[in-house]
Amino acid sequence: MAHRWINDLTHDDVTPKALWLNRRQLIAGLTATGAAGLGGPVAAQGSLEPNTWEEITTYNNFYEFGTGKGDPVQNAPAMDTSGWQVTVDGLVDNPGTYDLMDLIGDLETEERIYRFRCVEAWSMVIPWNGFELADLLAKVGVQDGARYVAFETAVIPEVMPGVRRRVLDFPYVEGLRLDEAMHPLTIMATGIYGEPIPNQNGAPMRLVVPWKYGFKSIKSIVRISLVADQPPTSWNKANAREYGFYSNVNPNVDHPRWSQATERRIGGGIFSQRQDTLMFNGYDEVAGLYDGMDLTEFY
Amino acid sequence: MALTDPINSAARRVPAWSLYILGAAWAGWVFYLGATGGLGVEPIEALEHEYGAMALKLLVVGLAITPLRRFAGINLMKFRRAVGVSAFFLVLAHLLVWAVLDVQSLDRIWADIVKRPYVTVGMAGFLLLLPLALTSNNRAVRRLGPKWRQLHKLTYPAAILAAIHFIWLAKGFQIEPVVWLVVICGLLASRLRLGRASNARVAPSKG
Repeated sequence: MAHRWINDLTHDDVTPKALWLNRRQLIAGLTATGAAGLGGPVAAQGSLEPNTWEEITTYNNFYEFGTGKGDPVQNAPAMDTSGWQVTVDGLVDNPGTYDLMDLIGDLETEERIYRFRCVEAWSMVIPWNGFELADLLAKVGVQDGARYVAFETAVIPEVMPGVRRRVLDFPYVEGLRLDEAMHPLTIMATGIYGEPIPNQNGAPMRLVVPWKYGFKSIKSIVRISLVADQPPTSWNKANAREYGFYSNVNPNVDHPRWSQATERRIGGGIFSQRQDTLMFNGYDEVAGLYDGMDLTEFY
Repeated sequence: MALTDPINSAARRVPAWSLYILGAAWAGWVFYLGATGGLGVEPIEALEHEYGAMALKLLVVGLAITPLRRFAGINLMKFRRAVGVSAFFLVLAHLLVWAVLDVQSLDRIWADIVKRPYVTVGMAGFLLLLPLALTSNNRAVRRLGPKWRQLHKLTYPAAILAAIHFIWLAKGFQIEPVVWLVVICGLLASRLRLGRASNARVAPSKG
């Protein structure tokens, strides 16, 4: 079933493991010897070279573990993801609470190198490993009448300081329209750079919807529900004026408190130049999902 | 108050200008960290926050000096100007990092000031501090006389605007910015009581 979508980033864009593991030291070394101009692993700014493992796994928003970007990498390792279970319910043929591997173990995974655009106007390029959500939905059997998919993140207060401080109304919940969920770009990620996905990035399984702001790509999922009506979503509940249900990346619709026209790619250092944000984060193939919709109204 | 005397005598021995050296050295050190990876993978945002947070802390320290003397007998008055001027320079550094490294274009800077309330509030706070920094020299103090004290009460609204600026940019419910606003309001309220207390002392002599 997989491979319905052809990546515009190729495997050549992936940095070999030996390099991404220590690119920072390598850059420091090259600079020190005055050899940075030789190129090699040092990419031109604005290119689609994936971010390093360090960048992807130390700069995270995962408010259950704290609001600082460095909090998740500090606090999330305490979460035990062994014996993870996922409940599938609602309008499905095969509802139930599954051991994660029973649910997804037989689905074909592949690498997807996606742009990732946070609503806070920073971005990365991330080489995910995962499977298409459509394959999982086909397996559980979507019934007639289901029009949306709702997702829920684990709540484990003992290891989640942000949950104890009630930064948001937890559990974190998100949702997609069924056609968005079925789109071949939409994946469930279980790895990064071929490694198991770290806890701070949403282990053991997270959603990745590359044309929407990052907060739609819900992490550490414990429930998937097929429903008839548009489900509530966490940031929309917290502030509906600032965060809509769709939250498609759109340079023409500003966040009330900041512009969305440009973004800063993480990893460019202290003199990093802003770059233009692309409509649908550059994934124009999803435009058809929103034909006839006023995207300033349905932001 | 066993601690008051040692603190006061130590304060007498430390020259106020050492604060400027300390502030400049700290700002330079944090910039160096940002430029060399010591502030994590997003140094621009980190630097902006470091400078802004330290400026807010210095504003609060500056507001605390009068109540400290009044209620605790700790006299740090000679540092007050250096604390205030250092706070201003850190606000300026915060503003420059935002404008030059973060937003990067005059169009976008102007658009943010006009359209983004938390930027508007921050900029208003900066504008309130500007005349204070310009009049933080002995000549201005002499020339302005009693008006100088009136003028420098602009620190109060500036500190409140700084705290609102911090609260407004947070996502979700975050406690730290609110704590800063409460502390600032507390320090300002202590002045109200101070004013009433001194009025009470003055009143009988009038009769």
